[in-house]
Amino acid sequence: MSELGTKVKMEQVQCASGDPITVLRFAGDITSSSEPAVLGTYGGLSPETSKRILLDFSKVEYLNSSGIALIIQLLYAASQKGQTVQTFGLTPHFQKVFTMVGITKYTKLFPDEATACAGFE
Amino acid sequence: MDGKNVNSIELRLPSRLGFEKIAMSTASSVAKLMGFAPERIEDLKTAIAEACINAMEHGNKLDESLIVVVILSMDETSLEVKVLDMGTGPPGVVHAPNMDKKMHGEEPSRGMGMFLIQALVDEAEWVSSPPSGSYARLVIRLNKTEE
Repeated sequence: MSELGTKVKMEQVQCASGDPITVLRFAGDITSSSEPAVLGTYGGLSPETSKRILLDFSKVEYLNSSGIALIIQLLYAASQKGQTVQTFGLTPHFQKVFTMVGITKYTKLFPDEATACAGFE
Repeated sequence: MDGKNVNSIELRLPSRLGFEKIAMSTASSVAKLMGFAPERIEDLKTAIAEACINAMEHGNKLDESLIVVVILSMDETSLEVKVLDMGTGPPGVVHAPNMDKKMHGEEPSRGMGMFLIQALVDEAEWVSSPPSGSYARLVIRLNKTEE
């Protein structure tokens, strides 16, 4: 037995205004061993074409503080590149945890993809 | 479950990341049997996972030959969890993460485990007793009164 891997699927969607949004859909576990999946995938995005990024946690089965630290690193990198990051699909428990640690100052949390997309406008 | 007797369950986990999930699922089952609300069970699962990860990483330095012991003790009103390792205990006091500092690279992005544990359970303490090891003690209560 060990940790489940982290899967990240990248998709491009459009918000109502037609502006492109890059969605990183996480699945599985997000832990200390997820750095290549989380930061590696993010690092492959072009800052020019991925100005708006959505993080989808709806298929994440397990998230711990080391995984949250990777999300903080992603948010830090995005802030350096002028990208806006919004988040959806967190369970109510992890919405509470994100709020407790103060991440919500740097990424807004939305209940679903539609409201998260609308949140960019 | 006989509420008049104190009951306990002991788990012995190798210091291998991922095995904290066994403690999480056991604690979740016990808390469900005791009648904890689902949101309190989620709090407990995160707190116990973080305590186990700290014990594996910092206490036992991920030496898989060293065991992390998790003891769940139930009584009528609360569930106590002790997570024991062979280390000397965490240094210093628990402090809330400073997200501004983390976002500016002035504070490590990690290091939130103890804060989360303290925030999610009703009681948390860390006891160092070298050379025998140290432990984290967490308590979550049924019928927690609103503050």
